Amino acid sequence: MFRKLTLSAAAALALTTGHAVAAGAEAEIHDFAFSFEGPFGSFDQMQLQRGLQVYTEICSACHGLELVAFRNLHDEGGPGLPEDQMRAYAEFYEIFDQSLFDGEGDFRLATPADKFPGSQLATAPDLSLMAKARAGFHGPYGTGISQFVNGMGGAEYIASLLTGYVDEPECALEGEPMDGYYNTAFASGGYPESCKDDHGHYTVPGSWIAMAPPLYGDDVVYADGHATDLEHVAEDVAAFLMWTAEPKMMARKQAGLTGFIFLSILSVLLYLTNKRIWAPHKKKD
Amino acid sequence: MAGIPHDHYEPNSNGEKWLHSRLPIVGLLYDTLMIPTPKNLNWMWIWGIVLTFTLVLQIVTGIVLVMHYTPHVDMAFASVEHIMRDVNGGHMIRYFHMNGASLFFVAVYAHMFRSLYYGSYKAPREVTWIIGMLMYLLMMGTAFMGYVLPWGQMSFHGTAVITGLFGAIPFIGESIQTWLLGAGAVGQPALNRFFSLHYLLPFILLGLTMVHIWAFHTTGNNNPIGVEVRRTSKEDAEKDTLPFWPYFVIKDLFALTIILAVFMAIVGFMPNYLGHPDNYIPANALATPTHIVPEWYFLPFYAILRAFTADVWVVQIVNFLSFGIIDAKFFGVLAMFGAIAVMALAPWLDTSSVRSGRYRPMFKWWFALLVVDFIVLMWVGAQAAEFPYDWISLIASTYWFAYFLVILPLLGVIEKPLTPPATIEEDFNAHYAPKADGAKPVASPAE
Repeated sequence: MFRKLTLSAAAALALTTGHAVAAGAEAEIHDFAFSFEGPFGSFDQMQLQRGLQVYTEICSACHGLELVAFRNLHDEGGPGLPEDQMRAYAEFYEIFDQSLFDGEGDFRLATPADKFPGSQLATAPDLSLMAKARAGFHGPYGTGISQFVNGMGGAEYIASLLTGYVDEPECALEGEPMDGYYNTAFASGGYPESCKDDHGHYTVPGSWIAMAPPLYGDDVVYADGHATDLEHVAEDVAAFLMWTAEPKMMARKQAGLTGFIFLSILSVLLYLTNKRIWAPHKKKD
Repeated sequence: MAGIPHDHYEPNSNGEKWLHSRLPIVGLLYDTLMIPTPKNLNWMWIWGIVLTFTLVLQIVTGIVLVMHYTPHVDMAFASVEHIMRDVNGGHMIRYFHMNGASLFFVAVYAHMFRSLYYGSYKAPREVTWIIGMLMYLLMMGTAFMGYVLPWGQMSFHGTAVITGLFGAIPFIGESIQTWLLGAGAVGQPALNRFFSLHYLLPFILLGLTMVHIWAFHTTGNNNPIGVEVRRTSKEDAEKDTLPFWPYFVIKDLFALTIILAVFMAIVGFMPNYLGHPDNYIPANALATPTHIVPEWYFLPFYAILRAFTADVWVVQIVNFLSFGIIDAKFFGVLAMFGAIAVMALAPWLDTSSVRSGRYRPMFKWWFALLVVDFIVLMWVGAQAAEFPYDWISLIASTYWFAYFLVILPLLGVIEKPLTPPATIEEDFNAHYAPKADGAKPVASPAE
């Protein structure tokens, strides 16, 4: 009896935890297939480098990455820029250094030890952890099984957001139009009152967002000739931001696999030991 | 150790005798490790080792984390990210610690429901049960305060909600809340004291673990048939038991490695699955998250807290009878703590003469329903407080109380239990028959 109960408890736990059902606006997050999903998935180095390019040319105009150091671009399991390129990249940036000019501070070129600058725009959130700070695709059918298999899918949220700009829904036009943009993946913005039904439920996904569409497709030119349509560019920068949020993901998965294999072998050995120790007491006819 | 008769440690060499006459520590360790243990224990008796291991894991990883953590409202979040990014192996240590809390609660719930099914809480093990309940309360406090330390959005607003519970106490609530937080609102004083207590409480838990073990080593383990080990003579006791080392140590370690393999996979492949994305946003007093949801292990009791709203007639009656002192909010708080209190009182609420649920035909079903109820509460605790979830949580909360306050006392009277085997040996031999010639199995070491 206990065995059944334990199994059902474990199954129920896996399916119910951590995910509140939203009473408010609903975000439409799509299931993107990223290379780093699943226990054996790994970052695509070229994709991270393309994402870095998108971030540098477009996102960094407003957003920051204040938890990421330039030296990290050279780290294993990341974009893996060669050291000279990483140093050259850092020198694109000017950093305010309080220790210069007799403590009055002055600007100087960034070094690998410096962090990326923070957000340039007060309303633009820092992107360092964005891919972990938002829930990803919660499917299929709202079960969350996708996250169970693929891990936290904040990168899916980012890609969905970047591709989620639509014309405002028809029901919104009936009411007072808002001065902003409509995004189907963004759930925490203002919601057109005219799109709620009689019970206050939301009839269409998404909400207003203040950020103008940052990508339209063909916004960048990739050196490796990769496609630059909206979807691909969005995926690239989302993958890059997954790395900024979880720079040790590769090391972590490797440690997880090693630990899992070692413990599995140990458990087999202990199983055999246990069996042999108990054998004299469990002899059957 | 009193209780089951067995061989005690005898110092042999002069050195051992010298130490033993001054400090009998080897004897204590020997008696603890060689304690006679019922040989019919099943796989639900492994959770104690898992819990002990997890406590040590949490303390060891925690001590390392503290070396790199800064308990300051402006620096706490960044220092956790510093651990995740710059400290050697820091991301693994932090994820171990974070998911270790979940492992802790998985194990403690399994451990508790084991006791509830096999009647481990009944005489003479009430003290073990009560100490266990204290430990469970301490664990919840420790886990909650640990969740505050990264100073993310959920940390901050969760603290506001939980300390707000104390604010619901009539007359003195607000003063208590201010006293707990060290200020009128969640801020630096709260972070500092939670950090201090989060470091202190695990060591109290460690002390209580020893008392917990001491208590059940005095009474002896319960076992799946709920029949005591024969204490008439050492020979009789040996027919019912085997020493803890090596038989149960190896068995428990085997179970532990399987559980740790799963744990390792979770830490390695999906360390944030049980967490909440909002806690990767630095705390911001001005932006409240849309849904403040506690960690999964608090959800059943969180559901009970929310179940009793002002439109429930029981709440209205209590409110009326108490001249409005007990409002819906305070009622919810009382219900939440009451849910744990009734569990702690189980030894005195259970009137059945038979200990193990295995021999209680009616109890079995009510118990299974309690487990389902617990899972339903956990699920409904994560849902929005609206129809039909409000009704589900009310019904499930009611069953929780009904089980302990009505069903357990009544079952002892109306249920006709089956007869358990007379001895543990009989139960064991029913599964593992002795040799055909009737000779009892010889306790010999592995060939």
